[in-house]
Amino acid sequence: MLKKRIIPCLDIDKGRTVKGVNFRALKDMGDPTELAKYYVTQGADELVFLDISATLENRTTLLNLAKKIAEQIDIPFTVGGGISSLHQVEDLLSAGADKISINSAAIKNPNLINEIAKSFGSQFVVVAVDTKCIQDKATVFSQGGRSLTDLDTSSWCQEIAQRGAGEILLTSIDADGTRKGFDINTIQKISSLVNIPVIASGGAGNKEHFSTLFHFTESTGALAASIFHDQQLSIPLLKQFLNNQNIPIRCQ
Amino acid sequence: MVAIIKYNAGNITSVQNALQRLGAESIVTDDPRAILNADRVIFPGVGEASNAMRYLRSKNMDITIKKIKKPFLGICLGLQLMCKHSEEGNTACLGIFDAKVKRFSPDLKVPHMGWNNLSESKGKILKGINTEDNLYYVHSYYAELCQSTIGICDYIVPFSAAIQKENYYGTQFHPEKSAKVGIKILQNFLKL
Repeated sequence: MLKKRIIPCLDIDKGRTVKGVNFRALKDMGDPTELAKYYVTQGADELVFLDISATLENRTTLLNLAKKIAEQIDIPFTVGGGISSLHQVEDLLSAGADKISINSAAIKNPNLINEIAKSFGSQFVVVAVDTKCIQDKATVFSQGGRSLTDLDTSSWCQEIAQRGAGEILLTSIDADGTRKGFDINTIQKISSLVNIPVIASGGAGNKEHFSTLFHFTESTGALAASIFHDQQLSIPLLKQFLNNQNIPIRCQ
Repeated sequence: MVAIIKYNAGNITSVQNALQRLGAESIVTDDPRAILNADRVIFPGVGEASNAMRYLRSKNMDITIKKIKKPFLGICLGLQLMCKHSEEGNTACLGIFDAKVKRFSPDLKVPHMGWNNLSESKGKILKGINTEDNLYYVHSYYAELCQSTIGICDYIVPFSAAIQKENYYGTQFHPEKSAKVGIKILQNFLKL
């Protein structure tokens, strides 16, 4: 049986890991490669590296980090942040990244999703979607959660799937950094709407939040950052707990 | 020396890195002589079947691959290209394994992405792997079960997770991305 994935997310700024609280206040969390290796031994199913400064500062490459990570870890990892061209994608693929994640660039140029999927395969394209409720309507934000777009989250996610993306990484801006639980309503709506895997992100504060997510939504993975980085919750304990709740999970 | 076949599909670096961590020497090459002279050959791949086959044919790699007598391992798209035919781009493939490659029906999420276990396994390359061990998969197409199937995974339908015919091996999962369990499989391959 396919297992639900537990995915620590490492937000990277100037080559260092940081955590984001509502995408603003940042606190240094250390060296990404060391943290990555630690999470592999802890049983993380996958890792995501997001260069949070890249889009904002127009930095365009995560290549060196991707190379270093690929040399040292033997589980899949995704890199994202400021990726906007096929050329960059190709470089990241040769550096050893398993998937790339695009966000603002896909909003600006949705055809990029088709192009990456056609050139490198759907499984290589993750589209990250930052969503927030505006007047009771889930709406897409771009530029690291700073800019409101006119895109409705449901229709954007459907378009992403139709254009050939392999996966959606759905972050609820409302829940992110609150540690009050995942945004179950939005995640359930989107994960039942599209036929590609949806990874839920934003709001994880305790182990019960993960079991609620997997019991009440069709998301295939959960992404979290600070709760793991500051060791408030350890991955082995979380996995044991989920396993006891009969949620299919990879235990080592 | 392990030759990793260079072609227009991804994931080659990951395989190279995994071999390096295991202390096995490798070269990435599309030179038929280097491939035929290697002790072992790995045919990795993430990509699209028709483009990959077109590229392989343009380099006469289809002929080289069939001449190989040493242990040969196709991974993911590599396994699929070793089958008869793929629905992806309606592509005639290498025909080493007597199996067709089909697209998953949309009964569950496609691609099949993540960690899954084998419901059945046999053969030297899967030695020491049991039904509770998980391996990493990412694919939208699968090779149907056939006489050469040595490992079965269930997702929507039971499919060939691992295949073997003589010196030719294929895995739909990515051993190079499957942590300790994957390392064991690569070690088994290096011992063949």
